[in-house]
Amino acid sequence: MKALCWEGVNKLAVERVPDPQILNDQDAILKVTLTTTCGSDLHLINGFIPTMQAGDVMGHEFMGEIVDVGPGVRRRKVGERVVVCSFIGCGRCWYCTHDLWSLCDNSNPNWALARDTLGFEIGGVYAYSHALGGFRGSHSEYVRIPFADYGTFPVPDAVGDMDALYASDAAPTGWMGAHLGGVKPGDVVAVWGAGGVGQMAARAAQLLGAERVIVIDRLPDRLAMAERYMGTETIDYSRVDVLDELHECTGGRGPDVCIEAVGMEATGAPDGQYAYDRVKQQLHMQQERPIAVREAIYACRKGGSVFVLGVFGGLVDKFPLGVLMNKGLTFAGAQQHGHRYIPMLLKRMANGELSTRQLATHEMTLDEAPRGYDMFKHKKDACVRVAFRPHA
Amino acid sequence: MMTSVLRTACRRIGRGAMSAGAASRGGIAAVQATNMKRVAGGLGLLAAGLGAGRWIVSRAQTMREPAPKNRWIMVTINCSPQRLSSRADMPEPITRLGDAVDLKISPAPGDRGTELGARLRELPRTKIAGMVARRPEEDPRRMVEEALRQAKSLIETGEVLRPDWPPSAHGAQGAKLLEFADRRGGRL
Ligand SMILES: NC(=O)c1ccc[n+]([C@@H]2O[C@H](COP(=O)([O-])OP(=O)(O)OC[C@H]3O[C@@H](n4cnc5c(N)ncnc54)[C@H](O)[C@@H]3O)[C@@H](O)[C@H]2O)c1
Ligand SMILES: [Zn+2]
Ligand SMILES: [Zn+2]
Repeated sequence: MKALCWEGVNKLAVERVPDPQILNDQDAILKVTLTTTCGSDLHLINGFIPTMQAGDVMGHEFMGEIVDVGPGVRRRKVGERVVVCSFIGCGRCWYCTHDLWSLCDNSNPNWALARDTLGFEIGGVYAYSHALGGFRGSHSEYVRIPFADYGTFPVPDAVGDMDALYASDAAPTGWMGAHLGGVKPGDVVAVWGAGGVGQMAARAAQLLGAERVIVIDRLPDRLAMAERYMGTETIDYSRVDVLDELHECTGGRGPDVCIEAVGMEATGAPDGQYAYDRVKQQLHMQQERPIAVREAIYACRKGGSVFVLGVFGGLVDKFPLGVLMNKGLTFAGAQQHGHRYIPMLLKRMANGELSTRQLATHEMTLDEAPRGYDMFKHKKDACVRVAFRPHA
Repeated sequence: MMTSVLRTACRRIGRGAMSAGAASRGGIAAVQATNMKRVAGGLGLLAAGLGAGRWIVSRAQTMREPAPKNRWIMVTINCSPQRLSSRADMPEPITRLGDAVDLKISPAPGDRGTELGARLRELPRTKIAGMVARRPEEDPRRMVEEALRQAKSLIETGEVLRPDWPPSAHGAQGAKLLEFADRRGGRL
């Protein structure tokens, strides 16, 4: 079958790869209807995530139709239209049973490699390096789904494919940021990053009762999208000082909850931070550019909460621990615990509370995927996400 | 040589930024972007950081007392202690180890299940024996840990998840590279 493969830093190619097979009794095989780009893929493409290997199939946010199930699959059947969580959870370890699905103990066959690279055994995820399981990705015609009873979610008839697609990763990630960040009615919430993840975090904050939501980015089309679809306030960090702006518009308090949805490749900060972080990153003296995390800590109100959704992989430099501690902040982050939220998100999509299809600013065939990633990476033509149709 | 010069240059910038940073709200003062560009230009992204892995390795080397040679290797299983009350209740990956290991079982605190530990009765006697088992999967302690994790997975889920195979579209050849990376502590 056809698949989009990682062939090295900044190299993607459409290739023929072996068809997936049922390797465990609880596996299913999915015929991929839609699969999309995610900001996390850029960290792979740009070479910031170790243990990638030439020939790895990309893609972790997807939906489709079940075409085969192993003898141990009980709750799913061939023909069902499902969305699949990007992280793989066994459903029965302590972490999964406590809704901490991305920390699953049993879904990463390369646990030793994970320990060597990250220092602990994280759960498996599709197409996100060998340290995170080495699973083939969804930018392909078919994909193997381990623990299919737990990782696949039937899509209600009222929800279209393009909405359901983003229930796989962007929407549950955003929801988790607002939920575990502790957003409550009446809160002021600031979100760094207006990509798919940031926009979903902003919408989640609204649905959880935030009184005001402020989205921060430098890309005018993304900020306009947040205003148009969600009616959020916006800040263009390339034009104004974010901290001054947030200070002023929150009566000098700062936002109650700050959600970081930018990750290790943040750009454009005051005081030369960007150049500083980039050099250290290039020299492998640090893996990250934590510009938005720092800013969120400085901006947050006393006793508020900062939640990191953006992906980071190692140690950071110039981390304002003194501010974090003395301000009494609650600081957390996570890879997404999608299984916890996906059924609820699909319900909200069905009743019209949550729209996600606008994130797919571009639609392409799999053959066009390298060009799609070029657009997505360089944010050309107002690209937020590209959705691929492998069978088109 | 080149790399060490670059590293020194960058450290200098880092120090400057740190001392000047006290006055700046952002924590990092303005740095000379032109210098930075020159420094950055020279290197590619091949090794992608891996700060965490590196720190873990160096931590082990600086510990004051030598690590005990034969620690218990532990997993916590999401089941009641009764499920594992005798050796006969153990799944095959543990029974396969036979008399090579001692086992211990205790309830984990709170709702966290059951702690299962295994310890090799005999260690490879010399350093040379350790060196012979150069592949991580041939390291006896690693084999015990693998068995414990397999047992845990079987008890919790009824299966041990198999990795996609071959590991990439280019077949098993790439897998060798990964094994190599694994042996070196994950640093590609
Ligand atoms: N936690 C998880 O499980 C999870 C899941 C999906 C994605 N992610 C991560 O979330 C992050 C965002 O993903 P995405 O798909 O939205 O990516 P994206 O690349 O589409 O969007 C990132 C946005 O951040 C903006 N940005 C850059 N620097 C900024 C700064 N200093 N301040 C404010 N905004 C800034 C960019 O302009 C861009 O619009 C990535 O790091 C991705 O890896 C995490
Ligand atoms: Zn993603
Ligand atoms: Zn689990």
